[in-house]
Amino acid sequence: MSQLEIKDLHVSIGEKAIVKGFSLTLNSGEVHAIMGPNGTGKSTLSKAIAGHPDYTVTGGDVLLDGRSILAMQPDERARAGLFLAFQYPSEIPGVTIANFLRAAVQARMAEGEELDATGYYKRLYSKMDLLKIDRKFTSRAVNDGFSGGEKKRCEILQMAMLEPKFALMDETDSGLDIDALRIVAEGVNAMRGGALGILMITHYQRLLDYIVPDHVHVMWDGRIVKSGDKSLALELEAKGYDWVKKELAKA
Amino acid sequence: MPDLAATTLPEAPDAPANPVAGIDQTKGDFTYDVNYEFDAGTGLTENTVRYISTVKKEEPWLLEFRLKALKTFLEKPMPTHWATKDLDNINFDKIRYYLSQGQKPKRTWDEVPDDIKKTFERLGIPEQERKFLAGVEAQFDSEAAYSNIKEIVAKQGVIFVNSTEGLREHPELFRKFFGKVIPTGDNKFSALNSAVFSGGSFIYVPKGVKVAQPLQAYFRINAENFGQFERTLIIADEGAEVTYMEGCTAPKFSTSTLHSAVVELVALKGAKIQYITVQNWANNVFNLVTKRGVAHEEATIKWIDCNIGSRLTMKYPGVVLKGRKARGEVISIALANDGQHQDTGAKMIHAADETTSNIVAKSISVGQGRSTYRGVVHIPKHLKGCKNNTECDALLINTNSRTDTYPAITVRGDANSVQHEASVSKVSEEQIFYMQQRGLTEAQAMSLSVNGFVNDLASQFPMEYSVELKRLIDLEMEGSVG
Repeated sequence: MSQLEIKDLHVSIGEKAIVKGFSLTLNSGEVHAIMGPNGTGKSTLSKAIAGHPDYTVTGGDVLLDGRSILAMQPDERARAGLFLAFQYPSEIPGVTIANFLRAAVQARMAEGEELDATGYYKRLYSKMDLLKIDRKFTSRAVNDGFSGGEKKRCEILQMAMLEPKFALMDETDSGLDIDALRIVAEGVNAMRGGALGILMITHYQRLLDYIVPDHVHVMWDGRIVKSGDKSLALELEAKGYDWVKKELAKA
Repeated sequence: MPDLAATTLPEAPDAPANPVAGIDQTKGDFTYDVNYEFDAGTGLTENTVRYISTVKKEEPWLLEFRLKALKTFLEKPMPTHWATKDLDNINFDKIRYYLSQGQKPKRTWDEVPDDIKKTFERLGIPEQERKFLAGVEAQFDSEAAYSNIKEIVAKQGVIFVNSTEGLREHPELFRKFFGKVIPTGDNKFSALNSAVFSGGSFIYVPKGVKVAQPLQAYFRINAENFGQFERTLIIADEGAEVTYMEGCTAPKFSTSTLHSAVVELVALKGAKIQYITVQNWANNVFNLVTKRGVAHEEATIKWIDCNIGSRLTMKYPGVVLKGRKARGEVISIALANDGQHQDTGAKMIHAADETTSNIVAKSISVGQGRSTYRGVVHIPKHLKGCKNNTECDALLINTNSRTDTYPAITVRGDANSVQHEASVSKVSEEQIFYMQQRGLTEAQAMSLSVNGFVNDLASQFPMEYSVELKRLIDLEMEGSVG
């Protein structure tokens, strides 16, 4: 059982404060959805937790199993069990998915320990079958010339292979048509429960029809202003973000 | 001549055994205290040239050739009007031009003096020889310490010796081609080489003989303030095929070292020569090399040139396409790290109909590293059916690095076709972060980007060398992370 604890987190880009006192505790097996309008700090939150150098944490803490990760390099955080599914994944020309993932798996092994190539490919192919990905896919360069759907599927495949403790999924639904969305959601659903905890960031309710969250939080101006179960997402869908704004104004 | 003042540096601790680590930089950074029997002293005069020629027991014509070359060298100005001013920092009076323990290479490793044998064992040469090579020549400072060719290859009539032996034992063949592809006065450094050359390989592959495994030469600089001037001549007779590979290392001294080779290739009708270089000089080496081949009718010459390390490399392998349907190719990878300048490129001189040439040059500049591509493609008006394809791609890592491309393509007449593409890309912070987020360290991430960038070229190398290239890139990137 693992726990990711975000405590009163404040994040700035340059001088500008974006995340302003965000708190949330995520346990293994849980799926939390963070919803909110554009510009409210959702992507900043996920990038800051992953350790992007452009984002400065000005207050609060992020603890993985009780240990602060804020002093760790992005790669150390990744190896400790954090995975960020990017909204806009980078292209790596000339590096095949198979070789990239192999390097990532190798990076998690102890020094001097050699990766067993046969076992690796066996596992890779089983994950690809699970995500209904064609075998030829892995010999393509990472994200190079990929469609939006292919990029997201590539993210989910990496997530499946690296078996993180917690996955931060940043607008995974953006750029996906309904068929691609369904396939991605099936993949995530196949991984959920058990040891994986998911923080799902989305603008729209649509994704939540396919990946049903245990908890829904509404983010506004850098922090959570409302929490509930999946019905909150439906209420938001029906009433729009203006409803939250008015609620906040009343309070 | 003065006695040897052998250099002494603390011995590096023994590196772990590594079968293919012949060229990684930490591996090359060590030196042994060697007692040189022959030493031409410091500085370059007529006496230096006479000393070298006497020691080698050369015929009078060659001494004349050398002395004439010395004159040409002294007369020619530095090419600093187009090349870097850094060339002015070479102090020719402080260089030692000839150091050796003898002129006759050994045929077995057991006969090689211990300190020199130890050097090559640490660089993994004997092991590579056993594993995948048809012949090896190992040059230590000025002369080959070891030279051997597998019996099965020798029986086919293949000659693989150093230049001194080539001159002595095959004078007619040697003289017929020597200095014909690259004349003494081609440039200041080819003149310097012509005056003081020593070592390098002489290869002759008889008609129709296809040498299945590569021949390899390894050039090792051991002494400080030393200049290495090997001279290589490869002749592939009609229909013959040969692959030659060279590796180079030097220890890291506080003073600069000069490496200035001349390499001439002759591919007669229908012959194929592939020449592969993976150099890994320490970053105080001036590496100024002239390489050119002549391809006769339907012959192919392919240069694969990987330039890693050195302070300044200036090298533009060329092919003169002399016979109908001849083909020339240059595949070049250059990596310029902090404090390094890789000034590399290719020359394709079309001199017959239906000749084709292909240049693919990829450069990587890291930090303050600078890479320059210079190319010449020449197709005169009277020719028909000639084709050239030139691709130059540059990859920049960190914002301070610099890259320049100077392609000079002269194509006259309308019966020929030329294609030229160039691109510059950057390894972005986002790309590095993305890879780090998957658990790779910053150095691993940069290394993977660079390997991806050169991947399509590296896959054309013999496996052993693409593995070495990858290892080398990993090492460079490891050192470049602040």
